[in-house]
Amino acid sequence: MCDTCGCSSDGGAVLRKPGESDYHVHVSEGAHGHAHTHSHSGEELHAEDHHHEGHHDHGDGSHHHEGAVRKIVLEQDVLQKNNLLAERNRGYFEAKNIFVLNFLSSPGSGKTSLLEKIIPLMQQRFPVAVIEGDQQTTNDADRIHALGVEVIQINTGSGCHLDALMVNRAVRELDLQDNSLLCIENVGNLVCPALFDLGEALKVVIISVTEGDDKPLKYPTIFHEADICILNKIDLLPYVEFDVAKCRENAMRVNHHLEWFEVSVKSGEGLAVWLEWLEKRLVRH
Amino acid sequence: MHEMSIALSIIEAVEEKAREEGAGKISGVDLVIGKISGIEPESLKFCFSAAAKGTLAEDAVLMVEEPEGTGECGDCGMRFPVTFYYAECPGCRSLRVKIVSGEEFLIQSITIEE
Ligand SMILES: Nc1nc2c(ncn2[C@@H]2O[C@H](COP(=O)(O)OP(=O)(O)OP(=O)(O)O)[C@@H](O)[C@H]2O)c(=O)[nH]1
Ligand SMILES: [Mg+2]
Ligand SMILES: [Zn+2]
Ligand SMILES: [Zn+2]
Ligand SMILES: [Zn+2]
Ligand SMILES: [Zn+2]
Repeated sequence: MCDTCGCSSDGGAVLRKPGESDYHVHVSEGAHGHAHTHSHSGEELHAEDHHHEGHHDHGDGSHHHEGAVRKIVLEQDVLQKNNLLAERNRGYFEAKNIFVLNFLSSPGSGKTSLLEKIIPLMQQRFPVAVIEGDQQTTNDADRIHALGVEVIQINTGSGCHLDALMVNRAVRELDLQDNSLLCIENVGNLVCPALFDLGEALKVVIISVTEGDDKPLKYPTIFHEADICILNKIDLLPYVEFDVAKCRENAMRVNHHLEWFEVSVKSGEGLAVWLEWLEKRLVRH
Repeated sequence: MHEMSIALSIIEAVEEKAREEGAGKISGVDLVIGKISGIEPESLKFCFSAAAKGTLAEDAVLMVEEPEGTGECGDCGMRFPVTFYYAECPGCRSLRVKIVSGEEFLIQSITIEE
């Protein structure tokens, strides 16, 4: 049962907004249209319906082949549903000319700090909106809200990644402008966010120098899927054993198309280079 | 944990297909999970049996085929086995390697009973 609204919705992601404590939307399959304060899919009812279909009628009522066994070929991508929905998101973003970045990293590499730093600069050129993903709390959305930009929090509960459905629902709750930038901060996790396309234009993976230069080899899938890798916290390089060249080489081994940047969100070093690159992409977009 | 959400989406997909075919029960599900797809077959099997409770796939036997990874060199064209993305061409040392198999993640087929 949901603690906030007492509904029967079990687990699943919830959308929240900073400063609106009674705003609360369950993300679930059947939740069509706009949510009011909270909407429900009736997932349970749905599930029950399905069970009735155990026995079927052939219409002609003629035969009933008990126990006939058949093999049916599907050859269907397991993530097909997510991929299709991601493509729908992508189509929507393209139609409105919204440039979407999906930020991926381990917990604490500096995703939110990076957004806090670059958004005030980007905002002078383009409208910016943010979708924050965390298992619990609206802390990150609160930090972004303080910058005065449109933001929504997705709390995934026990889920360890965002998926295309959550983003689809979150987007409906945001007032996205044409020709804008949308930043999606994924749940801090280097494993499964890599598998779920959200409809973004680019995936940005962030690692920090306190994490070890073999990260790209330990979590290759995410580096393989990413378009950009940002090495953060380079201000700490004097204090940690971290070989930047080695890390970069490891990342390039996993993905030779990767765009590589080195920054310190804290000191600001390197940020201009990455912002310049990003602006070029946005204009070209 | 992502294996759980993946298991649920597999069950949803196979139930939908089975219902379409008028099945009363799914007795087998065949998956193809490439060796470098990023999916752990053992934990997926574990999640599958938990997620299948109370569905048409409750008693389904999950079979997993795991194709090996194969890379193809973008420079010299050589094909060779790879165990992960950080492959180097054994012929010419190039890093421009394209993965041609091993990334599959498919529901191959299901076995149904009417
Ligand atoms: N020294 C240093 N600290 C940094 C830098 N960037 C971020 N931090 C610190 O790292 C910590 C985590 O930063 P966040 O921005 O919250 O990290 P995150 O990736 O958003 O974390 P989650 O959302 O929890 O996954 C904070 O204490 C930041 O102040 C940096 O460039 N240098
Ligand atoms: Mg954060
Ligand atoms: Zn609720
Ligand atoms: Zn409710
Ligand atoms: Zn996950
Ligand atoms: Zn070669």
